[in-house]
Amino acid sequence: MTAAVAPALKMQRRSLYPGWFYLPAAVIYSVLFLAPTFASLYFSLTRWTLFDATFIGLDNFAQFFREPFLIQGLVNTVIYAVITSGLKVVIGMMLAVMLTSQIMARGYLRSVIFFPVLVSTIGVGMTFTVLMHPTQGMINQALALFGIAGPGWLVDPKLALFSVALVDVWKGVGLATVIYIAGLVAIPKDYYEAARIDGATKLQNFFYVTLPLSRPATATVITLSFIGGLRTFDLIWAMTKGGPGFASDTVASVIYKQYQAGFYGLSTAGNVVLFILIAVLVVPLTMFLNRKQGHE
Amino acid sequence: MKHSRAAIAGGIAAIAATFVVFVIPFLFIILMAFKDKQQSALRDFSWPNGFHLFENLYEVIKTRNWMMITAFINSSLITVVSVTLLIVLAAMVGFVLARRKTKWNGLIEFLILAGLMIPPAVVPTIWLLQGLKLFGTLHGMILIQVAYNLPFSIILYRAFIATIPRELDEAAVIDGARPLDVFFRIILPLLWPVTVTNIVVQSVGIFNDFTNPLYYLPGNQNATVQLTLYNFQSQFSTAYNLLFTNILLITIPPLIVFMFFNRQIVAGMTAGAVKG
Repeated sequence: MTAAVAPALKMQRRSLYPGWFYLPAAVIYSVLFLAPTFASLYFSLTRWTLFDATFIGLDNFAQFFREPFLIQGLVNTVIYAVITSGLKVVIGMMLAVMLTSQIMARGYLRSVIFFPVLVSTIGVGMTFTVLMHPTQGMINQALALFGIAGPGWLVDPKLALFSVALVDVWKGVGLATVIYIAGLVAIPKDYYEAARIDGATKLQNFFYVTLPLSRPATATVITLSFIGGLRTFDLIWAMTKGGPGFASDTVASVIYKQYQAGFYGLSTAGNVVLFILIAVLVVPLTMFLNRKQGHE
Repeated sequence: MKHSRAAIAGGIAAIAATFVVFVIPFLFIILMAFKDKQQSALRDFSWPNGFHLFENLYEVIKTRNWMMITAFINSSLITVVSVTLLIVLAAMVGFVLARRKTKWNGLIEFLILAGLMIPPAVVPTIWLLQGLKLFGTLHGMILIQVAYNLPFSIILYRAFIATIPRELDEAAVIDGARPLDVFFRIILPLLWPVTVTNIVVQSVGIFNDFTNPLYYLPGNQNATVQLTLYNFQSQFSTAYNLLFTNILLITIPPLIVFMFFNRQIVAGMTAGAVKG
């Protein structure tokens, strides 16, 4: 390229990729997402009526870590995120291995496992609330046929959070499965070939080839479902409203309840707590999951 | 394909297990929607006594002054407009982000990741929307959906644009295309596959969204389909036939999308899973 053409092309390149293309998206994102996020840092330190805010320092946060039901919400959120993402990893991986093998009716299996991902969360929540009814629900009636006395899925305070988490897994495991399928399909066949020549068993194949090489998929599944689990609101709200008592409250449902009750400062403090919780747990988690391995 | 005997047995077991776990709940919804009020109150898995689907449908649609119609219109409007905006704006950002390397790229990518992770600050957003006179309005809701879903769309577009050779842009300029034409007439049409993915994934998400309309779009005239489901439940605390007819009704749009765009949905939702 001659010296005379270069600056001209550079000029043109600049207008080819104009900076103002960022502008409309940047305005909407900054005004409706970033600005409230920054504002929340201030309003979480106030007693707030939407019209006027009184600065009260860290009182809202102190309350968050003093009131037993708020602490329980915090603990529940972490438990819920760990259970749902853990189960989605294990079950999603198993289903993906099954669906990438020479199994029959693969299309049918993949479709029925994936479809719940697309269905309304509230609809799913309400359906399972009916199915999980302790005496009239279909699940316990089916268990009774085998002589098993089913538990009070959603009415037992010890069980409610786990029951909701199970429904979350039911609805979300299809997504984990297709992510794993994409990851498994990308593993070069040579590895299995080499393993076969070395006389590896099926189990060894799985633990020494499939599992380590599907690590990017595992990272995606864990990150997605862990963040989703920490933020979860609609399923909890559709099924238990945080009950019985506060047994299945999560930070997101506490935020909504405090908002409804008019405690806007406290609700916003809940938002900040959730934000910090996600940052503190997810950032190290993704760094750990995406770390480069020695042999790469 | 030939299957061994063990594979056939395994296949049958898998089909039976997934049928019980994943299909029966949907069959339950359908059966309940066919029942009359008395039979549905039993909430058991049984054959309907008669065919009541159409009267249930009529009942669900006309309840609360035809709220379901309003809700479908509102939800469709929100979905169509916000997805359209999302596509144009995200493609523009993705294009420049993939093509122009400046010192801002790092910051922009950080903001995109932040948008995927950080839960929106609810009450400050309501306060802001009220200040902008957008609270409880459809266009406010549309802008919120655009703001919250931009990061995901941008990521899809940027990854795809990176695979389109840069020489194409320059060739177009040499052929006399004006700079804006390069994007709108040459790049944007090439992005069609990822645009379809975007349309499908985002419309399902926005149509099914419950939390954001709950916070930002109060009022009966503003009802969206997910919220009507909620209103119905409290109103017909015992009329399970109507509740499940309603669930069935709002499951139909995702079902249609699923039947026609299964491949794009899976492609969109698994994007980024294989990298690394």
